Order: sequence, then structure tokens, then C-alpha cells
Amino acid sequence: MLFRFPAPSAAREDEVTPRALVLSRRSVMAGGMAAVAAGGIAGWLQTAPAAAFKVPTTIQPPDPKMDAPTPLKSATTYNNFYEFGTGKSDPADYAGTLKTRPWQIVVDGEVAKPATFGIEDLLAFPQEERIYRLRCVEGWSMVIPWVGFSLNEILKRVEPTGSAKFVAFQTLNDPAQMPGLKSWVLQWPYVEGLRLDEAMHPLTLMAVGMYGEVLPNQNGAPVRLVVPWKYGFKSIKSVVRITLVRDQPPTSWNRSQPSEYGFYSNVNPEVDHPRWSQATERRVGEFSRRKTLPFNGYAGEVASLYAGMDLRKFY
Amino acid sequence: MAVSARDGWRQAANGALLSPWAKPLVFAAALVPLAWTVWLGWSGGLGAEPVLESVRQSGLWALRFLLVALAVTPLRMLTGVAALARFRRMLGLFAFFYAALHLSTWIGLDQFFDWPAIWKEIVKRPYITVGMGAFLILTALAATSTDAMVKRLGGRRWRALHKGVFVAGLAGCLHYVMLVKGWQTPPLVYAALCVGLLAFRRWPVRIRPAAARASADTPARRFPDGSSPARRS
Repeated sequence: MLFRFPAPSAAREDEVTPRALVLSRRSVMAGGMAAVAAGGIAGWLQTAPAAAFKVPTTIQPPDPKMDAPTPLKSATTYNNFYEFGTGKSDPADYAGTLKTRPWQIVVDGEVAKPATFGIEDLLAFPQEERIYRLRCVEGWSMVIPWVGFSLNEILKRVEPTGSAKFVAFQTLNDPAQMPGLKSWVLQWPYVEGLRLDEAMHPLTLMAVGMYGEVLPNQNGAPVRLVVPWKYGFKSIKSVVRITLVRDQPPTSWNRSQPSEYGFYSNVNPEVDHPRWSQATERRVGEFSRRKTLPFNGYAGEVASLYAGMDLRKFY
Repeated sequence: MAVSARDGWRQAANGALLSPWAKPLVFAAALVPLAWTVWLGWSGGLGAEPVLESVRQSGLWALRFLLVALAVTPLRMLTGVAALARFRRMLGLFAFFYAALHLSTWIGLDQFFDWPAIWKEIVKRPYITVGMGAFLILTALAATSTDAMVKRLGGRRWRALHKGVFVAGLAGCLHYVMLVKGWQTPPLVYAALCVGLLAFRRWPVRIRPAAARASADTPARRFPDGSSPARRS
């Protein structure tokens, strides 16, 4: 493959919560349901045995003081998902209308084998739990235990041709399900893009769950992208189409305000948003601010992708 | 001269607004947003980002009180309820009060009194510069809001200074429009209301005659032209 990484599944040792702790959190939430004993997402992931919920063995014991997972309630009530409104609680309030079954992702463009993946197909991929930091361009951050699989699992199956250089993503665009589409805050549908090497990177995740449960609608159900070293808006939600393309595709926020949101949008404390500093962030649930890390702390894994690039220019 | 139903309504409104209870009631009502936000903060109801939410809420209420204060004169002209003018100063002072809360929560809770960083933000970020400008204007107006200051400055100069509230209103709305991602609806609604309230002052005469004539017959005429500061109470 293109890259080799010592710890492909990401999660730096200092940010992983022991599975037991995550599970005990869920057991509290689920009222101690048998799901805990059954081992995680197997309950909802009917097509796979419990063993399919494979926790990567590379992760180390966590430093809960540094990067404890954000409380589930915060992660599910403080969201940016403008298809359901621009308020932080709008997605939690209004995303109930989103129908996540049936669901398909069409994968086409510069590929040898274009394909359509049903949500069942995606759930049948081997799932991993990955605890990632999420840094919003607005200056707040969370730590979220996602459940999903590397995007490259999909891309490998469709066999990108030599002319595929970028990957374009598109969110569902159905006004009947998404009241926020009436607003002209952005041009719909929401679109995002990655360079092919970014998309193939093992850290780049397609998430179908979080906190060991199925992905809540407001967090981008049934399947979303998670690119942990980029600002949150790159991690497009409720994906319906993935197209491999030759040229850099348009992205929603870049189209809306190009001077503020670049195509790359890598987390970078050195490059301020024109309207606010990106040097610090507030971890949701914490009182004081903490320093923002280059590439959101994933520089070891991804900085080489941008070797030789002026990151002030390609922000 | 026969008292029409409309005049009767106006007299009742004036009477109610002139009652000794009116001001304490409005004062208490104006503190409800603060009490509510404090209660939510205490009970965990401010959501995942309580600090940001309290900064946001205090800012929103500053803007709301500013718009309500700016609405007093147009409303008085439209309805002929002259006693409305009694509340203008208090409403304006509450706008200042919430703006001061807004600024101090930002300085204390969001920036942790990191003065160099705060100064850098104020100079570097246009939306903060604009917001600070609005706050400085409101501070000057609040400081000169007492009867004694009106006397000291003289009516004409006082009125000229207090026209600054129009600038503060526009700057406050601009601050809000500039700080959100994209062109979101709520800040634009505030801005439109503010512009509307200011524009009304340019063309009041054409809308006003009936109401103005009517108000001339009411006892509230004791309080002329709301543009001079209240000297009673």
C-alpha cells in the first residue's frame, strides 16, 4: 500500500479509554443491559458475530486525565449539522426525521469497479473502535470513541484508476428529512473532499457507531467520515456518494467563505481563522482552554503527507 | 370632545405605565434572563459548552434590550402612548448591564484574564473590535445617563452624545452577524430590526399625524418629546 504506519489505528496511547471503562459507561446508559456481556455493537450489528467488534490491539492504556472521552450527552447534543439547523442543539432536536434505513453509498468516478454499498454491506466490514480527538474550527474539541472502518476498505474495493487524484463526498440532500435545507446558509448538498492519499490514510475512518452504539442521527447516521487531523467540518456526515475525481473537488465551506476555509483545513495552531485564533481550544466539559496541537496531535502519522507544502498557503 | 375607544385604550395604557408599580415590574422582568441563565448554569442546563453559552446569552440579551430601547420612540409615535418614554433610560441601562456581563464573562470565563491575549483579540478580530466599540459607546451613555449629567452637559450636547445609541445598535448587530459561520438567519433578523427602527426615525412624520394629534389630547402630554431625558422619577 501507499503507507506504512507503526500504529495505523491511530489512537495515541494517551487518549484511549480502557474498553472496560467505555463499556461500564454504556452499561450505565443502557441500564446494565445484556448488551454489555454480549460485547458491544454485536447487538445492533446483526450480520456480524460479537468478535467482529475488534478493538485494535495496538492501543495502550489511556491517560484519562489528558484525553478522557467526552460525555456522551455532550457529544450527542452539541453538534454542527446544518441540514437540521444552525443551532448547536438543532441536530439533536430535529434529526429524528432522518431515515437511515435503507441507505446506500454510491461509489463512482475514476474507478475500475464502481459500486453501491448498502448500509448492511458497510456494517459487514470488520469494525474497530477508534478513540479520536475531534477539533471543531470554532475552537472547541471533543474526544470520541468511534466505531467504524478505514475508508480505504471501500476505496480498495472499487479500485481507483491512475487518474483518480481526489475523493469527493456528498451528504444526503432531502428537504423532506432535513428541515435545515430550507436555509441558504450553505449551498446544498453539503460536499467535502480529500486528496486520494489522505483518503487512503489508515486514520481516515468511516464511522457507523460511537460509544459502542449505533451512530445517532445528529452525529451523521448511518455512516460518516472522520478525519481526525482536520477541522470537524471535513468529517462529512450522512454520506450518500463518494466520487473519485481527477481535480480538486469543491467543498461546502470553502465555497461559502474561501478566505476562511481552505480545501485542506488541517488543524493548525499557527494559522488562525481570520476571525479567531486557532492557538487554543476548549475541550467540551472542561473549564480552561488547552493548546491546540498541530494536526490535532496526529502529526506523527500525517505530517509527511504535506511535506514541502506551505501550510499557511494551503490552509 | 368625545373620547373614542382608541383614546380610551391609550389613556388606560398611559395610566398603567404611570403607575408606581410599572417601573419596579419592568426592572424585575429585565432581570429574569439573568436569573434564568444563572439557574440553567447551576442546574447544568446550558449544554455542553456552558461558558460559551453564558457569553452568548448575555450578548443576545444586551442586543435585545438595545433593540427594545430603540423601539420605544417609534412605538410611542405609532401608538401615542407617551408614558412609554419613562422606560427608555432603564431599558438602555439594562442593555449596558447585559453587555457588561457579556464582556466580563468573555474576559473572565473564556479568556481567563489573559490580558495580552485579550488585547490582541480586540485589535486583531474585526468582530471583537466592533463589539468593543459598541460597548464603549454604551459605557459613555450609561455614565451620562443620570439627571445630573444631563444638566451638566446641557440638553443639546446630551442629545447629540446619546445619538450614539444608534451607532451602538448597528455595531452590536454587526458584531453578531460577523461572528457566526456563514450568513445565518438570526443575526440578520436582529440587524434588519435595528435598521428598521433607525429608518423609522427618518420618516416618522408621515406615519404619525393621527397618533400625534390624538396624544396631544391625553394627559400624558405632560411628558413631551421622549427625546429629552426623563426628568421625572
